[in-house]
Amino acid sequence: MDNAPNRDYPLGERRPELVRTPAGTPLEELTLAAARDGSIARDELRATPETLRRQADVARAAGRVQLADNLERAAELTALPDGQLLEIYTALRPGRSTPADLERWARRLEAAGAARTAAFVREAAAVAGGAA
Amino acid sequence: MNEPRSARFAARAEKEVRRELLISPLPELGLVAVDGPNDPEPELVVEGGRIVRLDGVAEADFDVIDRFLVAHGLDLDVAAEAMAIPDAELARMLVDVHVTRGELVRLARGLTPAKLARVAALLDPVELMFALKKLRARREPRNQAHVTNLKENPALLAADAAEAARRGFAELETTVGVARYAPLNALALLVGSQTGRPGVMTQCAVEERRNLELAIRGLVTYAETLSVYGTEQVFADGDDTPWSKAFLGAAYASRGVKVRFTSGTGSEALMGHAQGFSMLYLEARCVSVVRAAGAQGVQNGSISCVALVLSVPGGTRAILAENVLAAWLDLEVASGNDAVASHSAIRKTAKLMGQFLPGTDFVTSGYSVMPRHDNTFGGGNYDADDLDEWLTIQRDWQVDAGIEPVAEDELLRVRERAARAVQAVFAELGLPPVTEREVEAATTGYDSADLPDRDRAADVEAADALLADGVSGVDVALALDRRGFADVAEAVFAMQRLRVAGDYLQTAAVIDPDGRVRSAVDDPNEYRGPGTGYRLEGERWRLLQSLPHVVDPATVGAAAAGAGGAGLLEERGPAAAGDDPTEVVVAVGPAFGSELVETINGLAHGDVLAAICEGIREEGASPRVVRVRRVADVAFVAHDAARLSGSSVGLGVQSKGTAVIHRADLEPLDNLELFGMSPLYSLESYRAMGRNAAGYALGRRVGPVPTELDNYARAKLIVRTTLLHAREARAVVPGAPAVELALAGAPAGTR
Repeated sequence: MDNAPNRDYPLGERRPELVRTPAGTPLEELTLAAARDGSIARDELRATPETLRRQADVARAAGRVQLADNLERAAELTALPDGQLLEIYTALRPGRSTPADLERWARRLEAAGAARTAAFVREAAAVAGGAA
Repeated sequence: MNEPRSARFAARAEKEVRRELLISPLPELGLVAVDGPNDPEPELVVEGGRIVRLDGVAEADFDVIDRFLVAHGLDLDVAAEAMAIPDAELARMLVDVHVTRGELVRLARGLTPAKLARVAALLDPVELMFALKKLRARREPRNQAHVTNLKENPALLAADAAEAARRGFAELETTVGVARYAPLNALALLVGSQTGRPGVMTQCAVEERRNLELAIRGLVTYAETLSVYGTEQVFADGDDTPWSKAFLGAAYASRGVKVRFTSGTGSEALMGHAQGFSMLYLEARCVSVVRAAGAQGVQNGSISCVALVLSVPGGTRAILAENVLAAWLDLEVASGNDAVASHSAIRKTAKLMGQFLPGTDFVTSGYSVMPRHDNTFGGGNYDADDLDEWLTIQRDWQVDAGIEPVAEDELLRVRERAARAVQAVFAELGLPPVTEREVEAATTGYDSADLPDRDRAADVEAADALLADGVSGVDVALALDRRGFADVAEAVFAMQRLRVAGDYLQTAAVIDPDGRVRSAVDDPNEYRGPGTGYRLEGERWRLLQSLPHVVDPATVGAAAAGAGGAGLLEERGPAAAGDDPTEVVVAVGPAFGSELVETINGLAHGDVLAAICEGIREEGASPRVVRVRRVADVAFVAHDAARLSGSSVGLGVQSKGTAVIHRADLEPLDNLELFGMSPLYSLESYRAMGRNAAGYALGRRVGPVPTELDNYARAKLIVRTTLLHAREARAVVPGAPAVELALAGAPAGTR
């Protein structure tokens, strides 16, 4: 097992140079003083897809396959608007969608670069279809 | 039911434990703890890399849970090896210190729910505790607090959050009575927690859409509202599928929220669709789904159904077993103990020990840091009033169950500061003001009844506006900064910054006060038997011993020393044997009236001596007072008194107040009357002892002095007894003869 990713953990402490905000501000520059003088946007403090993929690598190296998969889906979902996350969640709940509805979501996800999540939604569609 | 004919049965029927209904198992309703008659045989059949049978079900009949587990929950590279290991051998591996956690976790990737449940059910309670200690994900056990109040008062929420943080809780959970309050409650918790101790994580348990919104704003850092169930019907009744829940988990993670799922034995039976399976088997399906969904952890241990599980035989053991299963699947475990488990304190705490002694990632899923009735989760199994018990039990067992003792002054300081910090943020963000009275009552009050009522309509309107304005955690930090709460501002900002690195998304993560994230990745539990793993020792053990009300034994009775003792009794030379047949010698111990000046019941030695002498005189005999110096034991003191006495009857009294009436011809350890309940004696008791001693001396018929019995006297006073007796023993002068005494100002022997 490759444990190299775990040597970098916690990223914020051991590899801060690898961590940036979605706007590109390096972790070291994220200070209260910077927020005070307005150089950080109020919604800027969130993880990038790259950072979440690094966390997925850490989880995978620790043998946590499913957690790693989840973090990779999370990396994809960073690009989606908040409202859309809740729409997809609702679509996946019981009795909300036909397999065709879910297939449409899967295509939209693929188009947004969320291939793993798209595959995940297709699985749910197959189960919904099988159950119907 | 018939009225009991036995008074003892009738008395027991009134006890707390009898308010709960115990039932015999009824497997068809899922009311059986483990090993239900309908539970399937463990089974995994793979053909051409495809699972075609799982725990007694063929592929064509897989339900939604089976399908999810087949897709994400079973590692076929290890399944054949793991499933081939006999149940008993796997069970022994769980408690074998030579089989590592890593090896057990590896094998668990290939085990089906039926196999997991069956193996765990082979362990007895102590074995389960040992397995849990070994399998816990994070090295150190921690704890989670509930912080709520009936009035949803922000100053009180902040003060309680600060206290919880200061006491060492790593996570704080709040909720709402009225849904629209969510942003205000989350805000109060964030500000309060970071005032008490930087790095404490917070959540607000509300509907998912609201919850996600709070998370996006950086007002909360974790969520554990994602419930899963062990049957398809109950899953559907919960309005979810494993795919919808797993998607939600990824959505939270994408917004920087640590996610823990929730499950627990009994929920399927409660919701009417257990399909005839045992509670533990269904929970094995739940935790398998949790891992398959990619959650880092689970809150399990029956949670809100605990009282139902405890109604069936083996319920407490099944709950411990489900915690073990979750840990075995490499999940962080917040192990329940939040909902009220029993009316009986004895029963409740017996159940708690299963998690408390081995230690779990979070020993409770919510210790109510405020009084129970302010707990709007309906929780409060342990609450503010139980803190001293919890701290004492940690100290008794030398076990770290995640709560620290803190002195009152320090807590008042922290509570007030948190209330002021939230007052400042409310003012700065234009929210309805928090008054001085609210700050004061939040600091020193008992519960929300002590706080003035707020304008709730104004509060919820302001809460809506707060969300509409997009106020974020950074705005909160800046508001604190502008109002002079620089350190709290830094701590709130640091929580926002941590989202950027995402380190706390890893298994069992908690955050140190310096902002460092620790999880099962870099601080794993590597327990391998005695001398390894997390042990409560050193600085942490000293901290957990130091309850604010612990007393320095050197100070017990010390205040009394020299406080007038010196002048009380005058020594008048060696005591001679008397020849007056009406005389009763009263002998006091070596420290009486000198090193020590009062009995354990707080009676002044001078008054005690005067009462005894009065009693002797009332009965027509004459007292003579001596001090025995050679020995501190009351039997010998009294026997020496008898041997000096002209009547051969003597009365000995120790400094702590224990007394004996003795006669010279008896063996020293025999006696006429022993008065061993010194904590109960009044001056009248000592007068009665004096009368009886005189009665014996004058040859009268004497009825023993009536004595009372207090079974708690020993528990209450054995420490003081030990310390007072040690002082008496230190005053002994070996071989020294007894000396005659006079009460100050009275003639020798007080004759």
